[in-house]
Amino acid sequence: MGMTIAEKILAAKSGNKTVIPGDVVTVDVDTVILFDNNFLPTNWRDILKVADPSKIVVTFDHRVPAPTQQAAAAQVTGRAFVKKFGIRRFHDVGHNQGISHQLVADYGYALPGSVLLCSDSHTCSAGVFNCLARGVGGPDIIYAAIKGQTWFRCGETVRYELTGRLPAAVTAKDAFLQIAGVHGAHATMNVEYGGPGVASLSINARKTLTAMSAELSAEFATFEADEVLAEWLRARNPAPFEPVRPDADAKYLAVRKVDLSTLEPLVALPDSVVNNSRPVGNARGTRIDQAYIGSCANGTQDDIELAARVVKGRRVAAGVRFIVTPASQTVYRDTVASGAIQVLLDAGAMIAPPTCGACGGGHMGVLGPDEVCVTSSTRNFKGRMGDPSSQVWMASPATVAASALTGFITDPREFLQ
Amino acid sequence: MKFRGRVWIVGDNINTDLILPNKAFYLTHEEQTQYVFHANRPGWAQQVQKGDILIGGSNFGMGSSRAAARSLKNLGLACLVAESLNGLFLRNCVNFAFPALECPGVCAAFNEGEEAEVDFPRARVTNASRGKTLSGKPLPPPLMALVEAGGVYQLLEKEGLIAPKAQGA
Repeated sequence: MGMTIAEKILAAKSGNKTVIPGDVVTVDVDTVILFDNNFLPTNWRDILKVADPSKIVVTFDHRVPAPTQQAAAAQVTGRAFVKKFGIRRFHDVGHNQGISHQLVADYGYALPGSVLLCSDSHTCSAGVFNCLARGVGGPDIIYAAIKGQTWFRCGETVRYELTGRLPAAVTAKDAFLQIAGVHGAHATMNVEYGGPGVASLSINARKTLTAMSAELSAEFATFEADEVLAEWLRARNPAPFEPVRPDADAKYLAVRKVDLSTLEPLVALPDSVVNNSRPVGNARGTRIDQAYIGSCANGTQDDIELAARVVKGRRVAAGVRFIVTPASQTVYRDTVASGAIQVLLDAGAMIAPPTCGACGGGHMGVLGPDEVCVTSSTRNFKGRMGDPSSQVWMASPATVAASALTGFITDPREFLQ
Repeated sequence: MKFRGRVWIVGDNINTDLILPNKAFYLTHEEQTQYVFHANRPGWAQQVQKGDILIGGSNFGMGSSRAAARSLKNLGLACLVAESLNGLFLRNCVNFAFPALECPGVCAAFNEGEEAEVDFPRARVTNASRGKTLSGKPLPPPLMALVEAGGVYQLLEKEGLIAPKAQGA
């Protein structure tokens, strides 16, 4: 029987000929990523042995630079771990630092057919590289670092067949909000993205879809491989790789077409990502206190340059805090070089250092009582970005930037044609 | 693993930010329990008694990988029975040996405050107040074994692969 991409990788990595939905399999893990929260005093358990230091990546991303003594203590513990086991791929605060999922893209850490784990729920972001990547629990990470293995329960696969090309001012975030709005949660399921429309999406745009798939509660989110992906990886990682294609007779729970050319800017209303999308016009007139661009979903060079195009030659509305957080130091340097950061600064944006920061309500833009934020980050749960009475609306970086200019949730097509 | 206790009922799509909000991250495990459902049901954590059973809706535990299951366990809840469990959350239930079961129909079978009996290995859930029993989905054997072993850290500690837990952590 034919297999989907996820089933094929699960089979290869577990030493089985086939894997079908419902199977629980033990698989070899190629890459284990640890980040600062793993090392927080309340989370960390001192590891005495690791399976293979060359398979481990360590970064500090959730709370960088350390905003509290506990966060600083976590970094001290993390540095000691790196030293103890001679971890080479260490992204300390400084030149190579970034949000783990962005680093996977910047450095080509995920190759097609591989298995990657990190205890951040948006780890499925790396599925853009035609691999299996999953957010797991902190103990799963410690187990995988020590044993080199983990377990997965295979779910059924839903395939999204993308066609067409996104209109101006419409982004992959809007495509995601369309899918999440119409089809809701995909709990226990794998999501596979493919089709002729993929070719028109940059790796950064595709990564928005895979990172946001965490919000679908998907097990894995995986893109088909193509030449755009191969080129990206070859520029960053000399290791050979073999793309994984679904079998022609693979069995899907559903195959759903998404015509990118028919999409429009959307917003998710506060408190839930899924089943909560509306055309941006429905939110017209919603006053905002803060506009946020960043996170593993939308802190890429594409996102920051898009925001710069929207605000170029204009000023952020009085009373609005416009916070832009590049997802890594590489993205930060590249967007300084391209001039986008200067444009954003001139418009009145605050540029925060690469960190998960305000997306998780940790620091660098936490919301106060009754404040309203429009964000391009990953989640809009109640209290997610700060006070439980605050409101978080979710939209594309273009919509967020347009809203920063007017002080109200605004259709970006008013500024970009 | 059999439990009998008073039930609390919460709805669909309960997320991990509600169970373990960011602002509690720096607190001790014990203190973290006091923030469970702080945003959607303030004061609830303070009413929970040891051995109580939590009943949830569909996709319970959606959201992040944070140790939300650990907070439910440390709060004193005996177990969780939900219409369905989020995949990542289930991993943490297993990791921290917090018994969590999927049992479609469970929300309609109980009113808050009634007594439940849960036979965890057999996935049988009885409304003791009404004498009606539902069949849930038993945990796959390898995961059941991990829960019975006391979770991942117990296992690794026993094998000498992680250091013994520091006091108060």
